[in-house]
Amino acid sequence: MDLDTLTGCLASSACLVTQTTSGFIIGMLLFLVAVGLTLIFGVLKVVNFSHGAFYMFGAYFAMTAYQLTGSFALAMLCGAAGTALLGLIFERVFMSRVYGRDVLMQVLVCYAFVLIFDDVVRMIWGPEFKSMGMPAAFQIPPLFIAGGVVPPYYLLLISVALVAAIILGLGLARTRIGKVIRAAAHNPGMVSALGINTGLIYGGVFALGGMLAGLAGALAAPVRSLTPGMGFSVLIESFIVTVIGGMGSILGALIGALLIGMIRSFGSLGFPLFTEGLMYLFMVIVLVSRPTGLFGKEVA
Amino acid sequence: MTRTRKPGISRRSTLALMGAGAVTFATPWVARAQAKTIKVGMPTILSGRVAQLGTSSRNGVMLEVEKVNAAGGLAGRQIEMVIRDSKGQPQEAARVARELVNTDGCELLIDAEASSGAFAVHEVARDLGVLCIHTNSETSSLTADPKQHIPNGFRTARQGVHDSIVGGSYAAAIAKAKGLKRWATCSPDYAYGRDTTGEYVTYLKRFAPDVEIISESWPKLFQPDYTEVVTKILQAKPQALYSCLWGGDLTSYIDQANIYALFAQMEVFAVNMADYTALTVVKNLPKGIHSGNRYIKTYPATAENAAWGDAYKAKYNEYPTNWSWENATAIMLLAEASKKANSADGKKLAEALRGLKIKSPFGADGTVTMRAEDQTLIGYAIGWGTTIPQEPYVPEVKAGDWKTILELEAEWKKSKGYT
Repeated sequence: MDLDTLTGCLASSACLVTQTTSGFIIGMLLFLVAVGLTLIFGVLKVVNFSHGAFYMFGAYFAMTAYQLTGSFALAMLCGAAGTALLGLIFERVFMSRVYGRDVLMQVLVCYAFVLIFDDVVRMIWGPEFKSMGMPAAFQIPPLFIAGGVVPPYYLLLISVALVAAIILGLGLARTRIGKVIRAAAHNPGMVSALGINTGLIYGGVFALGGMLAGLAGALAAPVRSLTPGMGFSVLIESFIVTVIGGMGSILGALIGALLIGMIRSFGSLGFPLFTEGLMYLFMVIVLVSRPTGLFGKEVA
Repeated sequence: MTRTRKPGISRRSTLALMGAGAVTFATPWVARAQAKTIKVGMPTILSGRVAQLGTSSRNGVMLEVEKVNAAGGLAGRQIEMVIRDSKGQPQEAARVARELVNTDGCELLIDAEASSGAFAVHEVARDLGVLCIHTNSETSSLTADPKQHIPNGFRTARQGVHDSIVGGSYAAAIAKAKGLKRWATCSPDYAYGRDTTGEYVTYLKRFAPDVEIISESWPKLFQPDYTEVVTKILQAKPQALYSCLWGGDLTSYIDQANIYALFAQMEVFAVNMADYTALTVVKNLPKGIHSGNRYIKTYPATAENAAWGDAYKAKYNEYPTNWSWENATAIMLLAEASKKANSADGKKLAEALRGLKIKSPFGADGTVTMRAEDQTLIGYAIGWGTTIPQEPYVPEVKAGDWKTILELEAEWKKSKGYT
């Protein structure tokens, strides 16, 4: 334990700014992955263990697009659109067959695809790690805000993730499609009886979840190394986020992800040897005090 | 190499390993040769996150085996390599090694495992008595600890303690010249990271006693994001940073530290930077990172070494790794030993190997020696230099002095109770 460093940091604006933005970066990327996971669970009632693969594909798609075109915007677009398409195909062809089945069957299908997707990446891009590299536009010195260090690229990253969160939240709450999705989550039989194509909604939600994870991968590609299997570590943290925030809750995913980000960021100062442990400890406390998560609803 | 997993791994890393490492049973990779062959078994890691370890080891071996076979083989017998995937699991490495000898009839073993697997294969070699050359494990105790000693076990890999002595004295010289007193460390949280960092700091402080470590970070192996580690180091404001992160973890770390302009604020010493696996992948390699040589074709700066690196590149379309030269050296030594013993028999080869000195592109003075007393390689090229973002990547390497290395190694062995 190193509480002096932690209290020293809390008292200094420079350190506070640096660590808070650092927590936001970790949290917002995590949110993009976790929110897809929670959305898919909320609507489809499936725990998508293969979700990390979409994060991985997002990163690889973005890298390839960036290498081919040199355009960062196009790379982000390819990362998101490519994984959306992949999510749609995956849901329609495979996942749609195991809805309502035994949970073990669903896990088995997902896990099989974790392995298959990893090998597909290995076959296409090779087993060794890759790096996309930072676009020239962002190879600029970091900003200093109140003495704290904030890299410009991370400001972009946080903004994009925030915009995605807002669009998603408003879209689900205010639009007709959002209402239909929520209705399908609540009572798919009734929605289907009203003449709405639930298959399309399921496919759409899966594509949306895949797209968000893909976007996270694409945004992370310039700063993280790309390897087959890179989705797994992100997936585990996303599970922690959804457990803390509550399965099925978007606001929960956002708060959970930011909490994890802050725990990592400040925990590494105060508890350098127990940062990982802190995350799990926090999860346990939430599980004991609120078994459905901070924003989860009791299952009716 | 000493890049192993600590026993008692977390659920996360288990899952990560499962995800990355679980592949179908690989069929044995057999290089067919003519009759009257001698089969050489080679367990290594050909799948999962460190598959590069196995493939570049295999490439290093095959490059040399072809030469040896073209020149008549081991005492007239053509070498047939039987190379199998251990998936990076020690128990699988041991099982594969046993099977190679008992079922496939291999007479020699090249153990191209990471340290975790190497110790397991070592026990198989102890049990079966077959000649075994460890080519990748850098963990010093594998040969330094007399309890590990067996007459048929050899190592052609570099050794952790040698690296620490050279790295520590190099860093101390710069620390003194530039007045670097406040140091931070950032290394992966498992046996290799902890041991290597500990030994490095020991020698750094020995040569530059007023150095103090003001911040330590231990990110997990294969951690995707290092932001909190980077900002923590920035808060501590050290004058210098040491890291033994490697491979994809090192490149991630560099990319993430780069956008915080970390490299402009302190001297960075990253022992595993000067390996082509990392050098060629990082897009925006900062200038002036201090690194130990792993394999680099410009050091030693000899025609033989450059030619070897180019031949490898021509054949496999990529540059050799640290593991490539270590494995190639095993075959070179076996070839010389078989000439000396005029036999391919394991016991006679082992006898010939002890104390054998051969010409080598990887030698500090053009030769490497299999030291008789603990059957490990000495005299290989070892040094430190600073990086530039394009070839030759590390233009000038300051060579480590083998006389000092051997003196301090002897002292270290004594302090460990090994001698």
